[in-house]
Amino acid sequence: MDFGKEGSLSIEPLDKILASVPNAGFGDLIPILQKIQAAYGYLPPSVLMAASSRTGITASRIYGVATFYEQFHLEPHGRHTIKCCRGTACHVRGGRNIIRAISRTLGVEESETTEDMRFTFETVACLGTCFLAPVMMVNNDYYGHMTSNKVKDILERYS
Amino acid sequence: MSEIQVTINGKELTSKAGQNILELALANDIEIPNLCYDPRLRPSGSCRLCVVEVQGQAEPVAACTFQIQPGMVVQTQTEEIRAIRKTVLELLFYEHRGSCTTCDENGDCKLQRYAYEYQLSDDVFEPPAGEGRRENYTTGNEALEYDLGKCIRCGRCIQICEEVQADSALTFKSRAASVEVSTAFDMPLNDSTCELCGQCISSCPTGALYERAAKGKGQCKDLVRTRTTCPYCGVGCQIDLNVNPKASEIVRVTSEVGCIPNNGNLCVKGRFGMDFIASDKRLTEPLIKRNGKFEKATWDEAITFIAERLKRTRSQFGADSIAGLSSAKCTNEDNYVFQKFIRACIGTNNVDHCARLCHASTVAGLARAFGSGAMTNSIDELKNAACIFVIGSNTTEAHPVIGLYIKKAVMKNGAELVVADPRAIDLTRFARLYIAQKPGTDVALINAMMNVIINEELHDKAFIKERTEDFEKLETILKDFTPEKAEGITTIPADKIRAAARLYANAKTASIVYSMGITQHTTGTDNVLSLANLAMLTGNVGAESTGVNPLRGQNNVQGACDLGALPNVYPGYQSVEDSQIQANFESAWGGKLSGRKGLTVVEMMHAIEEGKVKALYVMGENPALSDPNLNRTRRALEKVDFLVVQDIFLSETAEYADVVLPSVCFAEKDGTFTNTERRVQRVRKAVAPPGQARSDWKIICEVATKMAYPMSYEGADKIMGEIASVTPIYGGISFDRIDSVGLQWPCLDKGHPGTRFLHEGTFKRGKGKFHAVEFIEADELPDEDYPFVLTTGRQLYQFHTGTMTRKSPAINQVSPTGYVEIHPDDARRLEISSGENVEVITRRGRVTTPARVTSKIEKGWLFMPFHFRESPANMLTNDALDPTAKIPEYKVCAAAVNKTKQPK
Ligand code: SF4
Ligand code: SF4
Ligand code: SF4
Ligand code: FES
Ligand code: FES
Repeated sequence: MDFGKEGSLSIEPLDKILASVPNAGFGDLIPILQKIQAAYGYLPPSVLMAASSRTGITASRIYGVATFYEQFHLEPHGRHTIKCCRGTACHVRGGRNIIRAISRTLGVEESETTEDMRFTFETVACLGTCFLAPVMMVNNDYYGHMTSNKVKDILERYS
Repeated sequence: MSEIQVTINGKELTSKAGQNILELALANDIEIPNLCYDPRLRPSGSCRLCVVEVQGQAEPVAACTFQIQPGMVVQTQTEEIRAIRKTVLELLFYEHRGSCTTCDENGDCKLQRYAYEYQLSDDVFEPPAGEGRRENYTTGNEALEYDLGKCIRCGRCIQICEEVQADSALTFKSRAASVEVSTAFDMPLNDSTCELCGQCISSCPTGALYERAAKGKGQCKDLVRTRTTCPYCGVGCQIDLNVNPKASEIVRVTSEVGCIPNNGNLCVKGRFGMDFIASDKRLTEPLIKRNGKFEKATWDEAITFIAERLKRTRSQFGADSIAGLSSAKCTNEDNYVFQKFIRACIGTNNVDHCARLCHASTVAGLARAFGSGAMTNSIDELKNAACIFVIGSNTTEAHPVIGLYIKKAVMKNGAELVVADPRAIDLTRFARLYIAQKPGTDVALINAMMNVIINEELHDKAFIKERTEDFEKLETILKDFTPEKAEGITTIPADKIRAAARLYANAKTASIVYSMGITQHTTGTDNVLSLANLAMLTGNVGAESTGVNPLRGQNNVQGACDLGALPNVYPGYQSVEDSQIQANFESAWGGKLSGRKGLTVVEMMHAIEEGKVKALYVMGENPALSDPNLNRTRRALEKVDFLVVQDIFLSETAEYADVVLPSVCFAEKDGTFTNTERRVQRVRKAVAPPGQARSDWKIICEVATKMAYPMSYEGADKIMGEIASVTPIYGGISFDRIDSVGLQWPCLDKGHPGTRFLHEGTFKRGKGKFHAVEFIEADELPDEDYPFVLTTGRQLYQFHTGTMTRKSPAINQVSPTGYVEIHPDDARRLEISSGENVEVITRRGRVTTPARVTSKIEKGWLFMPFHFRESPANMLTNDALDPTAKIPEYKVCAAAVNKTKQPK
């Protein structure tokens, strides 16, 4: 399979990671994936394929685990993750405007990453803090009772 | 195994240790609904539908994961249990699109059956919200289709791909409500590790996985299933042809879990390779060539014409100027009638078939060493062998379902697998030890292994003394055949040879598995004798899971040999040169027989060249693509005065014929095939033949009758009756006895149960005979002009000359054309890149084909599959013969590779 320009990613960091886990088996997969993600910023499929052929852990299993846990990303991911709520409570309180404001400020659509790799912008069904509606989250920080004009200020705090 | 008493629903039952509740219940016809259970798989307990009540357990338990314990009391149908099951089913339907009215699985779907049985309420059948059809890993795949809306996430497809097939192509992707089945990185199925066996379809309990080509061609509930035997390889899988009776069309192929020998498992050819049956390229009328062009003829004209020409040839040049090629694809009955026609009606022993080209050396070699030239054990016994030594057999591609047994032996039962092959074949993934011998050096390897065994005193002295003879002769020549010496010849490091010898010799039960990598050499008989030596030296023959197992290539090559489609023996391997036997057959068949043995396949071609053979009758074979040194073979076909070809397609060979007769294929006739483990199995008619096509044996009977040797049978079963009366090893075979499960020969009389493994207690020939086999080089070695060693073989997706498999869109999608494998270093030096067309040249011909650069093959060696008419490997192969078995050396010749001038 052709993984596009990703095919040219260096395998060196992977080799270092695998060297630190001798005789890696399925049980070591999660820590290995975490290290790969730390080294590459995400889990590049071409690197995972290489990990599969080097460890003998099947590619299908690696993919299954990588897609099961929310912590793993198979596409390049920004340094910071914005999660803006599009749930019912937030929606009636103008959540749509917040989403639009973020989009405008960063120049990306939902589930995209800014070119400078600073932010990945996601929307979610409910953040579980409806009493704060409308809500957005950056990394682990909650921002409640949002308005469109607060967006820019908040985002500037993250470099 | 200890027995355990249990009570289910008030009934006392006896269980085997290790059984779970579900297995015990099913074995006793107690119905427990189940969705994620497949006896071929490790129970996963994921669907929770099989819950039952066990006395003393606080909660209901899953029957499929709960082991039977002594005195256990189980209830399977209490109201409480039924209510739980109903809830489970309703939950499933929130994810499953209930569209049974348009679903192909309708009638065979377990979910549907249970929904009815548990009377689910109507509102659960609303379509699940937001789940439209999306692209998935099967989009665009010609073989199978995955429908997420019908998937209940039981995981059986994933499990069977991993546990049984060992391909691990599938996985669950994502979590919670968005879980779906996919491949790694959602790559298209054909780019993944999938080998298109379709096992995932066979295990899926719903219509979520289905053969794409079968969709819309008839729902399961309307299909009529006919049990028959797969027409491809020698495994002889039992398949069910599912026919839509309205269209008289084969819609899909299924197989029943539990059937012998394949337990519901099939490979890509058996499952997806049946398009040829309804192909519009089938022959439907007799054709006679007039002025170089085929013209339609009536059966009467054609038969009369053939009979006249054959009679004329015989009276002018004698019976030995006529030769016949019988067929390993045809039934036992066809083969029996054909050789009887050649022998009793024509009056010559010039009858042979393609077994000459695959296992003649097995028949010759094992007959000399043991007294019988067939697989010593049963397929099923492989799974319990402690050591399996695979040499010269690419089992997972050429005999895929036997490959499954070998994988199972390793993965489930911890067998030690030793693989010796010039190419890093798929089985090496499972091997404890992989050694790559240079093509054509097997004797050196085996001799060195035996040298180690004797030096380290690992041989079975008692066995040698009691059951064998001529050991001293072998011992003498082995003295100086050290692993170091063999290293120089085979390129395998001496220590690895030692390791292989120890693994094999130390195992309690050891099975050798080999195929054409051993037989197709000028030293083929020697190779086979060496393997027989190795087995006898360690006492590894004549017991369960212990023996020497040649895997036969064609579906019925075993049967064609058994029934005397060979120039030196009558049915049952009875020599034509023995006057007593000859007299018996003369009285059985009512005619004078020749006491001179006849010509073999390649000898026939050479005799045509010399003008000695004037007429050739070919039934269902394709020498114009399968024989070595094709240019020479084709010149012979051109030259022969009179050529009759009986086939289902206008094959490459039929193009040369004077008369072509349309015959019926396996799905259109009744009869039997004998598989590689000597099991005689039924072939049953499932659909009507195209046009005027006729059974091979009927055609032969008509020609014979026209030639004043009346032959006629009411049906195939009557032919089997006659076979049993003249063939001792088939003495007890009859259609009614093999109706549900085939019998393994020797089966001497009506009360005989058949034979699972051979040579127990005593060899067929009395004492096993050692042969001192010296190493001899291959006939043609690389030199300056032809620096590579070219070896040829099979590929998983195609069969033989491709006339059948290449009609399947599913197969063509993955295997569109031929190729030559070359090592990356050689490719770099010659500036060849993968996919680029190259020219492969030998002293006999040249072929242009795309290169496949791979480190699966060693430096200096090349590999080509032989299935493809556009790049026929056999233009290149050497027709030098093994002096004993007359098998040609397909596996080794010297070759050169060039970049082609044209742009790719
Ligand atoms: S067809 Fe066979 S190899 Fe392919 S995914 Fe299905 S089970 Fe696996
Ligand atoms: S496709 Fe079939 S076998 Fe696979 S998980 Fe879905 S329902 Fe089960
Ligand atoms: S393994 Fe052989 S017999 Fe079985 S399905 Fe495949 S080709 Fe047919
Ligand atoms: S709807 Fe937005 S936090 Fe719950
Ligand atoms: S069959 Fe037992 S849990 Fe599915």
